[in-house]
Amino acid sequence: MTILVIAEHDNKVLAPATLNTVAAAAKIGGDIHILVAGSNAGAVAEAAAKVAGVSKVLLADNAAYAHQLPENVAPLVAELGAGYSHILAAATSNGKNILPRVAAQLDVDQISEIISVESADTFKRPIYAGNAIATVQSSASVKVITVRATGFDPVAAEGGSAAVEAVGAAHDAGKSSFVGEELAKSDRPELTAAKIVVSGGRGMQNGDNFKHLYALADKLGAAVGASRAAVDAGFVPNDMQVGQTGKIVAPQLYIAVGISGAIQHLAGMKDSKVIVAINKDEEAPIFQVADYGLVADLFEAVPELEKLV
Amino acid sequence: MKVLVAVKRVVDYNVKVRVKADNSGVDLANVKMSMNPFCEIAVEEAVRLKEKGVATEIVVVSIGPSTAQEQLRTALALGADRAILVESADELNSLAVAKLLKAVVDKEQPQLVILGKQAIDSDNNQTGQMLAALTGFGQGTFASKVEVAGDKVAVTREIDGGAQTVSLSLPAIVTTDLRLNEPRYASLPNIMKAKKKPLEVLTPDALGVSTASTNKTLKVEAPAARSAGIKVKSVAELVEKLKNEAKVI
Repeated sequence: MTILVIAEHDNKVLAPATLNTVAAAAKIGGDIHILVAGSNAGAVAEAAAKVAGVSKVLLADNAAYAHQLPENVAPLVAELGAGYSHILAAATSNGKNILPRVAAQLDVDQISEIISVESADTFKRPIYAGNAIATVQSSASVKVITVRATGFDPVAAEGGSAAVEAVGAAHDAGKSSFVGEELAKSDRPELTAAKIVVSGGRGMQNGDNFKHLYALADKLGAAVGASRAAVDAGFVPNDMQVGQTGKIVAPQLYIAVGISGAIQHLAGMKDSKVIVAINKDEEAPIFQVADYGLVADLFEAVPELEKLV
Repeated sequence: MKVLVAVKRVVDYNVKVRVKADNSGVDLANVKMSMNPFCEIAVEEAVRLKEKGVATEIVVVSIGPSTAQEQLRTALALGADRAILVESADELNSLAVAKLLKAVVDKEQPQLVILGKQAIDSDNNQTGQMLAALTGFGQGTFASKVEVAGDKVAVTREIDGGAQTVSLSLPAIVTTDLRLNEPRYASLPNIMKAKKKPLEVLTPDALGVSTASTNKTLKVEAPAARSAGIKVKSVAELVEKLKNEAKVI
């Protein structure tokens, strides 16, 4: 068995989610190859070659792959991946965008967002917003899978010494082009990789009040998240949303502030090791999943918490 | 131009589902069913494109049991012109659904196909991308803004770090994210009118599509329950517990 892992990157840095994906590949067993498709992505390929457990890195360096447009990248992955037993990608927005297109080109079903590997052909994945866990078996010749990063501890980023091999194949479907992007800037740790996450909901009342959470987060070295209510109300940008339709996090500590705890929000954070809820409504559903609940006005409790930690 | 919108009948998003005792699936008997929330956003976007004069006809399609006619009637009441039901009692995987939609696309020749980004039951997030692969069209997934200009569509997409805009040649596939729009409600007169709009029923056999799958669900279990937590009385007690009991800070 040989497994192809699609690297998640921005042409400069290998994203941490790739390490979790390699961890899933290691559980399946077999040789692990990483594909870096990008433009001027040599540094990413070098970083991928150092990842523990990787035996080969394929570098497809072409301007057509610069922005991970699925119309161009999917044919490349399908062409290279046809000879592999498994194709894995992280369940990031890129992985989710590209991989189903690859699966359809290979005429196989995909398994999305696995959280555990039972055997080389059997995997577990959450359905119904995490309210049920399905065990799925694939009989496909090439198993196409996206991996939920929080389900697997990352492998070491150093220690490997894989060879980098250039792949000449260039696919430019000419169906799509990149126009531009607006990335939110933040000095705090990335939400999906942070050890501590502090999240605010509708109870924050406005965007300005999130400064209380930022102050607490900075003291804890935490990332800041939000519920859909806070995003829809315009308090914070939508890439901060935690939940079924936002980001899935599983930090050591999740502090939910002014969040009621709707099913869709819980889907994104209920695998956190320790959950703390601060809410003035003692009937709020969030208290049913919280390890420590504090019924209090967040505008008093959060500044006090910031002082004490 | 013609717009095709795919909608799915799913368990209502407010329902807390229960896993069946024999682990064969979740219990959907006597549970409220609705149109998948992302599909509502897809229908709304198509209707807005028609109101702007960009779309001329909206065809809504669903693949599923005969009861999915309810969701198609809802879409018709919201402004779709006609509906197609590909009737199948089996629970179909994304690839089979994408193949059936491809057959409908071949038949209808739409310029734009709009789907939701994922269904809240299977949480797969695959069908739109798979349909794009099968048709060879460009794909604008997780769309928060869609602008048609000439033979191109500009799609602003929600990505992990923010937003990205891509330009696609038509025909193209778009999948909707939550912030694309706020779906409207159907008015009573429109619900009455929707009953008279055409609804065609097809079968996978008639479309010549095999719905065989390479995936098999072996069992469905309830997730591990979290042990009951405690309520603390003060911030000081909370900090003490986090430091000494949970040891997370």
